[in-house]
Amino acid sequence: MTVWALFVSVFLASAVEAVEATTIVLAAGTARDWRSALIGLASAAAILAVAVVALGPAIGALPLQSLRLFVGGFLLVFGLQWLRKAVLRAGGYKALHNEDEIFRKQLAAARVASTRSVGVVPDWYAFTLSFKGVLLEGLEVVFIVLTFGSNEGNIPVAALAAGAAILMVASIGALLRAPLARVPENAMKFAVGTLLTSFGIFWGAEGAGAAWPGSDAALLAIIPLTALLAIGLVAALRLARRRSSPVAARGPAERSESMR
Amino acid sequence: MTAKLRAFAAFWYDFLIGDDWRVASGVVLALAVTAAVSRTKVPSWWIVPVAVAVLLPATVWSGTRASRTRDANPSS
Repeated sequence: MTVWALFVSVFLASAVEAVEATTIVLAAGTARDWRSALIGLASAAAILAVAVVALGPAIGALPLQSLRLFVGGFLLVFGLQWLRKAVLRAGGYKALHNEDEIFRKQLAAARVASTRSVGVVPDWYAFTLSFKGVLLEGLEVVFIVLTFGSNEGNIPVAALAAGAAILMVASIGALLRAPLARVPENAMKFAVGTLLTSFGIFWGAEGAGAAWPGSDAALLAIIPLTALLAIGLVAALRLARRRSSPVAARGPAERSESMR
Repeated sequence: MTAKLRAFAAFWYDFLIGDDWRVASGVVLALAVTAAVSRTKVPSWWIVPVAVAVLLPATVWSGTRASRTRDANPSS
């Protein structure tokens, strides 16, 4: 895996998570108090940075084969989860992730909550909303940075890619002061799910003792084949929906389903 | 306290296992079979890709069933 492939994989995955975290911080800042929302954001970011610094060397100390088995297994489970959701959304069986809708819901909830000042935080609700949102979405970024970075023996490049993605998304969010609803989030999740699953297949099998034909070049077949499988499933789902009952043929936006 | 512990456990379950526990089980099984076959002279690289080719359609299919059930019983 080249440095660029590592950078692009981690950048894409981190950008998707950053879009979701930005929506939450924007809601906390717009409806409540910007200072509290930004303290929440900074506190969560500090905890996540400490997690990378503390866990990175520990994971890197594992023997390479055990590391690949462990990391490959987790990436595979993680990637298949992402692909499952992306395929169901693209096939019309799950509501698309709608940042505008999530933003409106967060705003409505934030506006009715009571205000309480704690220490240097003027509004505890805004702080908590922002802190939890960034920490939870950021945990997935930390996982991706550590797994990809440690496997390639290059955590700094993985961390740099994640930092660049977060900075880019946060800057756009701060400039627009609005949720990034036009980002093709499902397409990005589809791509990231394909990459996570493909690297999970490659590293997991290698860690379990398999020898890939062509060594690293096997990835050039695994990634497109995984994408083809997922695209084929989307096509099959769309065809099945067209042939099914009127209830199933309704648009996903009409369903009262959770956004995630 | 119990509710917080339960929520903590639920968070990690959702983070690591996700919506369909069978995917995680299938992955563990595929890696275990790969490890076992790798000790023999038989090539083992194909086991995980085949497992993914079975697991992804299976979990997507279970997702469509859940979606249909929700449509049929919107209050559930």
